[in-house]
Amino acid sequence: MTGFLFRRLVQSIVLLWLVSIIGFAVVHLAPGGPLAQFTLAPGMTQAELHRIAHQMGLDRPLPVQYWEWLRRMLVGNWGRSYQDNEPVLWVIGARLPATLELMIASTLIAVLLGTWVGVMGAVRRYSVFDQLATVGAMIGLSIPTFWFGLVVIYIFSVLLGWLPPGNLHTIGDNSFLDYVWHLIAPAMVLALVTVAIWSRYMRSSMLNVINQDFVRTARAKGLPERVVLMRHALRNALLPMIAIAGLQLPSLLGGALVTETVFTWPGMGRLFLDAIGYRDYPVLMGILMLSAVMVIASNLAADLLYAAADPRIRLQ
Amino acid sequence: MSGAGEPVLEVSELAVRFASTGGEVAAVNGVSFAIGRGETLALVGESGSGKSVTSLAVMRLLPGAPACRVSGAVRLAEPDGKSRELLGLPAEAMCRVRGDRVSMIFQEPMTSLNPVVAVGEQIAEAIRFHRGAGRREALAAAEALMERVGIPEPRKRLASYPHHLSGGQRQRVMIAMALACDPEVLIADEPTTALDVTVQAQILDLLKRLQERTGMAILFITHNLGVVAEVADRVLVMYAGRVVEEAPVGPIFRRPPMPYTAGLIASVPRLPTKRAIPISVEKEGKRRLVAIRGNVPDPLHLPPGCSFAPRCERAEPGLCDRDVPSVEEAAPGHRVRCVRWRELAGSAA
Amino acid sequence: MSAVAGASVAVDAGARPGRQALRRFLRHRLAVFGLTTVLALVLACAFGPDVIPYGPLHIDFRARFAPPFAGPHILGADQLGRDLLVRLLMAGRVSLTIGFAAMLISTAAGTLIGAVAGYFGGWIGAALMRFVDAVLCFPQIFLLLALAAFITPNLLTITLVIAATAWMEVARVVEAEMKSLRERDFALAAEVLGAADGFIIFRELLPNAMAPIIVAATLNVARAILLEAYVSFLGYGIQPPTPSWGNMLNNAQEYLVSAPWLAIFPGVMITLAVTGFNFVGDGLRDALDPRLDRG
Repeated sequence: MTGFLFRRLVQSIVLLWLVSIIGFAVVHLAPGGPLAQFTLAPGMTQAELHRIAHQMGLDRPLPVQYWEWLRRMLVGNWGRSYQDNEPVLWVIGARLPATLELMIASTLIAVLLGTWVGVMGAVRRYSVFDQLATVGAMIGLSIPTFWFGLVVIYIFSVLLGWLPPGNLHTIGDNSFLDYVWHLIAPAMVLALVTVAIWSRYMRSSMLNVINQDFVRTARAKGLPERVVLMRHALRNALLPMIAIAGLQLPSLLGGALVTETVFTWPGMGRLFLDAIGYRDYPVLMGILMLSAVMVIASNLAADLLYAAADPRIRLQ
Repeated sequence: MSGAGEPVLEVSELAVRFASTGGEVAAVNGVSFAIGRGETLALVGESGSGKSVTSLAVMRLLPGAPACRVSGAVRLAEPDGKSRELLGLPAEAMCRVRGDRVSMIFQEPMTSLNPVVAVGEQIAEAIRFHRGAGRREALAAAEALMERVGIPEPRKRLASYPHHLSGGQRQRVMIAMALACDPEVLIADEPTTALDVTVQAQILDLLKRLQERTGMAILFITHNLGVVAEVADRVLVMYAGRVVEEAPVGPIFRRPPMPYTAGLIASVPRLPTKRAIPISVEKEGKRRLVAIRGNVPDPLHLPPGCSFAPRCERAEPGLCDRDVPSVEEAAPGHRVRCVRWRELAGSAA
Repeated sequence: MSAVAGASVAVDAGARPGRQALRRFLRHRLAVFGLTTVLALVLACAFGPDVIPYGPLHIDFRARFAPPFAGPHILGADQLGRDLLVRLLMAGRVSLTIGFAAMLISTAAGTLIGAVAGYFGGWIGAALMRFVDAVLCFPQIFLLLALAAFITPNLLTITLVIAATAWMEVARVVEAEMKSLRERDFALAAEVLGAADGFIIFRELLPNAMAPIIVAATLNVARAILLEAYVSFLGYGIQPPTPSWGNMLNNAQEYLVSAPWLAIFPGVMITLAVTGFNFVGDGLRDALDPRLDRG
């Protein structure tokens, strides 16, 4: 267990380091590089630019610059937003909760619905339900999230008027119910892809388990089918799903960006788009790096959780 | 049917058909037998003979229609002298029979236990479900059961997971699980095949002692005739889905009239002991270890007459490959499915 | 000698499974449906615009917001009175071209990197694959938008940017395949005979790794079409007036209440195309990899 933990921790650190190099490379790839904001400023002279570049250390060798950049990143100095001159981490931090709220809600929907669909598909393999679920999952993976969002808005807001077409909450209404009411549609839209993926993996994981000897043993004990499936089969089938869950974060973050755009949701994804619009590179880079760090952290967390949940690993 | 006591489990005309791409496969074909209280009936045959399918059909653990169809009758004696037919029971009622009145242990102790549930829980589960016991109570019962099946330090072992235990200990856990509710019938499907020889003997011994104590009937499925000699009261030999010979354990080892049974016995490697029939060692070396030639027939294309005829050295063309032989009584309690059993019994004697 | 024998055996074994694979593929109804959809879309986009009497930029103010299935504009017209159908088909040319081109580039790049990493192994392999892992840590859309923000968007740059964010899966697949293939007899034999690394990789190993590459490539077309739609929808992809399915949706968002068909049809086209390629890829996976019983 400690060996496994240590190995995974080292791997994550190496990965973080590589990610930082890529991040640094992208910053310097950007037109004008880190100087872009000054290049665009009116009345900027070449001499003035050189002075700023020197001040920012941009005339030093790249490895030195990288080291400086990395050092600043590590102590939380991620630069300041061009737009409003606030610290990048502060700007992102203000938007993160809305994104997390959306991601958590949609993950809850996806895991519950996907598990149910996957288990039913495995138990009634090749049934009409199973085949529909298979086709449905494939289509779910193929529908562009933003279009699905537009369709949901059109049906539930425009035609039926049941759900609001966007925003975190109604201005002036801070009740919990109002937040939930606004959350339903975007969470549903964001959950689409995850439900599709989760139900497929769940189905095949369940199929792997359902024909194993210990499930037969559970039946031989006389346990009712529901208990056999939920207690013995599902418990084992969910274990590999922990790792799958850890791998979903990149697509979930990407989906959140698109969903936030469609539903005018004031989260990190919209911030990212705004940052692109204003060429606000520090914020852009900050979000890019933060999302990569979140992805690495979620994979590590999934592995630890798996180790904690599987007794075969736990006590080794 | 003769048994040691009145029959507690009676199987008649059991047939199991699997749907396959090539058509229906009859895995079990008209199998009938009965087991009495306290009796051990060994069900013997090569792999593919249908012995495991028979046991799973009795437990109703086979997949449902259309993949698999089971017909015939399985009767379990009730205390009032009547009997209850299991194949027609509703699923919930069958759940109450399984693990309570009829239970089963499997061949692979490595895979037959849930890897992520503590063994104490797995034993206690049956007690909680069938007896309505609370968690604490059921775990206490599980501890007592583990002690009874010879697991050292049962209290500590309650929280162990299967991968902590050796193969023999896992099989003991399986037995404890099967015995949790004092079943009237225990079906043991090759319970010792996957174990070391020394552990094998311990497990067989344990089953014998538990049977003496509880008076349960045991249906012991095996391909190992050495094990049969050790545990069984009666033997049922299956070949290609049919019972080909049924006899008390003594006669069947002395002179089986059915050539297939004879072949099975001849193919068991044995050390010459003092009790062995006094023949010269080199002769024994030549005669004893004869494998039956050929393979079990493809269940989709069974030969027309006796299924064993194509592999049988005593088969007579025109006689054995015509009709499926019927079962005849060779002696009281000794039934044979072979057209030539009279001549063969005569020549063997 | 044995290298030649190995190769000929591989070819012989390839012929009959080839036909078997086709049969398995055709039995896969969804794959056939997907292939039909893809072919129909390609043909419609290639020849459709010539049949329709309107050009994609032809503005007909009298037909502004003309609803579909009524009048001369079959699928209706947009806010400028441009025919929606012809725009959809023209956009299809753009989207499908980007999808195919990005697939070709990303598959080639991924195959090359994966092959080198898997063949040489050691620290080169480890370094390359850790690099792949690192790139995969960035959500694809984030990376794509960040790169797209730096460039002047046109057909070529968008294709390159999409390819730049989509080669990693192929690299992983190829690397794993190469690792296992290079231990096989025919590769070892070629090595013993002194064949050059490049020869072994491209002539001996890669042909045997084609099945998973083809599957990954097919799924990559679907992914690339989807990604193009995302960036164009968000305004950083193909720029109007050149239509692409993504930027048509961007415009349509404003008119969701008054002219929903402007949003519905482009989405349907994207979904059809992406579903089509996904079905084909899935069918190919079942057909080409008989080991895998994916239920």
